[in-house]
Amino acid sequence: MQPVKYKRATSVAEAVSLLQGGGEFARPLAGGTDVIVQARERRRDIDLFVDIKHIPELMAISHDANGVTIGAAVPLHLVYGDAKIVSQWPAVTEAAHVIGGTAIQGRATLGGNLCNSSPAADSIPAMMVLDAVAHIAGPNGKRDVSVREFCTAPGRNVLALGEFVVSISLPKPPAGSGGAWQRFIPRNEMDIAVVNAGVWVQLDGANVTDARFALGAVAPTPIMVPAAAEALIGKPLSDATIAAAGDAAKAAAKPIDDMRGSVKQRKHLAKVLTERTLRHAIERARGQA
Amino acid sequence: MVSTEKPRQYKVVGTRPIRPDGVDKVTGRAAYGADTKAEGMLFGAVLRSPHAHAIIKSIDTSKAEALPGVKAVVTARDFGAHAGGGVVDLGETRGQANYMQDNVLANHKVLYHGHAVAGVAATDQHIAEDALALIDVQYEVLPFVIDVREAMLDTAPILLDDLRTTVRAANSTLPTDKPTNIALHMSLEKGDLEKGMAEADVIVEREFETGMFHQGYIEPQNATAFWNRDGEITVWTSTQGAFSVRDAMAALCKVPVSKIKIVPMEIGGGFGGKLGVYLEPIAALLSRKTGHPVKLWMTREAVFQATGPTSATYMRVKMGAKRDGTFTGAYAYLAYEAGAFPGSPMGAGAQCAFAPYNIPNQTVEGFDVVINGPKTAAYRAPGAPASEFAVEAVVNELAEQLEIDPIELRLRNASKEGTPNTVGQPFPRIGAVEVMDAMKSHPHYASELTGEDVGRGVAVGFWFNGGMESSSSAAVNSDGTVSLILGSTDIGGSRASLAMQLAETLGLTMDDVKPQVVDTDSVGWTHVTGGSRTTFAGGWVAYELGMQIREQMRERAAQIWEVDADKVTYGDDGAIHGPDSKTMSFAELSGQLAATGGRIAVSASLTKNTQGPAYAGHIVDLKVDRDTGKVEILRYTAIQDVGTAIHPSYVEGQIQGGVAQGIGMALNEEYIYDDEGRLRNGSFLDYRMPVANDLPMIDTVLIEVPNPGHPYGVRGVGEVPIVPPMAAIQQAIYDAIGTRFYVTPISPRRILEETMPD
Ligand SMILES: Cc1cc2nc3c(=O)[nH]c(=O)nc-3n(C[C@H](O)[C@H](O)[C@H](O)COP(=O)(O)OP(=O)(O)OC[C@H]3O[C@@H](n4cnc5c(N)ncnc54)[C@H](O)[C@@H]3O)c2cc1C
Repeated sequence: MQPVKYKRATSVAEAVSLLQGGGEFARPLAGGTDVIVQARERRRDIDLFVDIKHIPELMAISHDANGVTIGAAVPLHLVYGDAKIVSQWPAVTEAAHVIGGTAIQGRATLGGNLCNSSPAADSIPAMMVLDAVAHIAGPNGKRDVSVREFCTAPGRNVLALGEFVVSISLPKPPAGSGGAWQRFIPRNEMDIAVVNAGVWVQLDGANVTDARFALGAVAPTPIMVPAAAEALIGKPLSDATIAAAGDAAKAAAKPIDDMRGSVKQRKHLAKVLTERTLRHAIERARGQA
Repeated sequence: MVSTEKPRQYKVVGTRPIRPDGVDKVTGRAAYGADTKAEGMLFGAVLRSPHAHAIIKSIDTSKAEALPGVKAVVTARDFGAHAGGGVVDLGETRGQANYMQDNVLANHKVLYHGHAVAGVAATDQHIAEDALALIDVQYEVLPFVIDVREAMLDTAPILLDDLRTTVRAANSTLPTDKPTNIALHMSLEKGDLEKGMAEADVIVEREFETGMFHQGYIEPQNATAFWNRDGEITVWTSTQGAFSVRDAMAALCKVPVSKIKIVPMEIGGGFGGKLGVYLEPIAALLSRKTGHPVKLWMTREAVFQATGPTSATYMRVKMGAKRDGTFTGAYAYLAYEAGAFPGSPMGAGAQCAFAPYNIPNQTVEGFDVVINGPKTAAYRAPGAPASEFAVEAVVNELAEQLEIDPIELRLRNASKEGTPNTVGQPFPRIGAVEVMDAMKSHPHYASELTGEDVGRGVAVGFWFNGGMESSSSAAVNSDGTVSLILGSTDIGGSRASLAMQLAETLGLTMDDVKPQVVDTDSVGWTHVTGGSRTTFAGGWVAYELGMQIREQMRERAAQIWEVDADKVTYGDDGAIHGPDSKTMSFAELSGQLAATGGRIAVSASLTKNTQGPAYAGHIVDLKVDRDTGKVEILRYTAIQDVGTAIHPSYVEGQIQGGVAQGIGMALNEEYIYDDEGRLRNGSFLDYRMPVANDLPMIDTVLIEVPNPGHPYGVRGVGEVPIVPPMAAIQQAIYDAIGTRFYVTPISPRRILEETMPD
């Protein structure tokens, strides 16, 4: 590890000015479960950590009529420790529950998972199908970006120099809707997803009125799968329509062969996970799970 | 569960006292290698090869040496003369000194990705790491070979110009006079294979491949060395064999053993991977150059790249049987890669392959082959998991074709006392039949399997267990306790198991014995903690010490009571009895020793080359998720002849640990190299050992068939449990989904790609 300076910001404005002053080698430090490892292994050049965990907005969870806003530095155990989040946005807490293990979840954050922008990041597909929005602060003020548009390439995202994520909002899900998230890993924990999938559906009786599908680890960034939604929306639920959504996911998946999975395996898993996650989301929409 | 047929009643042996090193270890007080601190200590780092195979054209260290804080840089040149071809005995393996030296620091050529090229010492760790980037190494990249079969081809790139095939077979036709990657070809023959096959009603022949598996110890390799101005070297390191490290250091540094002291630190796992030297000589060279103690430790990535995996193999096994199940003939072809330098555990694999069975006609042919990978190291029953996987899988297929229950088939062919082994020597008393009987009658085997895509598999395993040389001394303290000085480093609870055997011999309690592991200047020569030998051979020595103490205590009591020594007996209650009901407790007599001729101290060194072989039988239930290829282990029962369980909890722990590692080999562990021969998955994230929640509680059944070649009936227990899992799991997967896999690991990816339509 190289020598790294550490500065603690106590306000959004201070963080912006520290990051801006630090230039391209300054990084926000949330839980540090990605970035400290990267620095120690010299996979990233960093000379300044700006600790964002002492900024009140970054550490708050606030519920209101429109939904919930989760500070970007709130550790995952507080996310899945919040009963309202668990009951309304279980797809996100399912992902939060499996990132690393208990020790990692005491530190790791949704903001860090999003901003690390790994194609396999577990929480991102869940947030994408739930219409999550990232609230960004920077030298030019504030802006909002949909989580769906946030990642641009492996390890890259829309943040400009001096910008960082303050919080993430999840809009309140309409009645009769349900979301779910799953991943496949060869072991039961401590693995990077071979494929992960988020699904959200809105039902009207047996008909699907709206749906959103996302996949991770099958493309340079987590992706939405509109074709899967099209295969389902306006149609009655059946094994055939569920399989059609799965097939669409398989077709949309454009994975690479690497040590964690082959193209064939990942495309197949995209279908399997999409169907399994969809069935779970349907049960939730029906209030059965 | 312990089924006991003890010939004797023991007081300490067979109980479960708290281990003497336990509190220090769970409270963090125990000092491991990385805890070493010395006055003026420098920190080091090692530059490693980015290539799988290349000539080192030049190394320019001047920029690194100029970096402020850097105190020295060393390369192979700093060894001075090249070590000769003498052999260093590492217990479970042995190595030629010149190859060891070239493995520690590459000489002219790098032979694998991660091969050490240079070492740096600096005032802090970060500076040492920074300096690595400033060392300019010019390479000429060569073609490389990693696959064992490809390495055996005439067209393969040659790793070691001086290597010639050594042949240990009368009928070998391999040339022995031309450059090759085949270091050794051997053939073990018994009976008449052709005749055996001709007698068979059913023959099964299959090909297998197993991958490289790493021992996966939690503590990385480490060493702190101080080479003082008087030419004496002290090394603090966590090792399985302080004396084998001393011998290797003497050979590589060209210093007499008397000038080297190895201080063994607590060891965070080894499993065979910490028998040899990696960092110790580099730290010593850096220390000589700087005049300071130098500390080195490996990153996890370096551990995977450059230390220990076991051999990847290609194997072919053919077995024939009569309708009634009698095995008539067996053939095994075993090609084991050794990594970059000769010395795979193929020989042990060859001798274990058919050891569970009485097969009159058999041939085992083996090859030791160098490839562009890390030099393999011993790993728990070195060589046996692979060859026995192949044999056990074939036995399971034979059982199916013969329509005989797989355990029954094994019982009909089981080795017994007197059965000649593969090299023709008769087995001593062994528990193969007892283990197989226990498998058959275990409730697990009778239980019903329910659910979709579930399956059950069985397999057995064999391991020799080593004996070899151990030394210890003991001193009686005035308060009635006994200090026990050990040369064996404690990996698996040997302080406890050895102290218990001394306590048993003396009729004392475990608390009365104070075991201590000491450095190489403080005890006689002792072989490595490996080969499941320590509790066996060290126990012999402890028994011997106990008998010496008993004798001297008797004499001393006789002197005090003024009677003939032969009128005095040492009771199993630990008291000394004389005529007229005279009696003295051990503690009472201990308190009088100083005043009656001096305190008692004894020592013993023994070489025990008798084996107490161990057998294991495993039953596994599992479920396969056909859609993802993931295997879930539902139930696992491991039955084992453990001789005498000195400390049953540690025996159970050894069995469970071996099974966990075997499950990892079967399902997910593998070395993944890219097209350029670079290791891709050198981390615990991507080298997928099982984590705790991947495993069910592993049930153990301890069968005690005491080893007649040991005072307490001890057989080694640590290694054989890693042998059966691969075959048992392979069979259970077949039972679940109808597909047999002949290549490990049987990972989700492999299952999916094999069974998926299109
Ligand atoms: C043992 C282990 C297991 C893991 N398992 C998983 C897993 O199962 N699934 C998974 O997805 N990940 C896993 N991870 C990766 C990591 O834990 C997660 O990505 C985690 O969510 C990162 O959060 P963090 O707060 O620790 O991020 P940090 O490391 O603090 O930050 C990550 C990156 O984002 C930047 N950043 C952080 N917060 C902000 C912000 N508010 N605004 C702008 N930039 C920001 C940082 O500068 C850095 O570049 C694992 C890591 C470890 C060490």
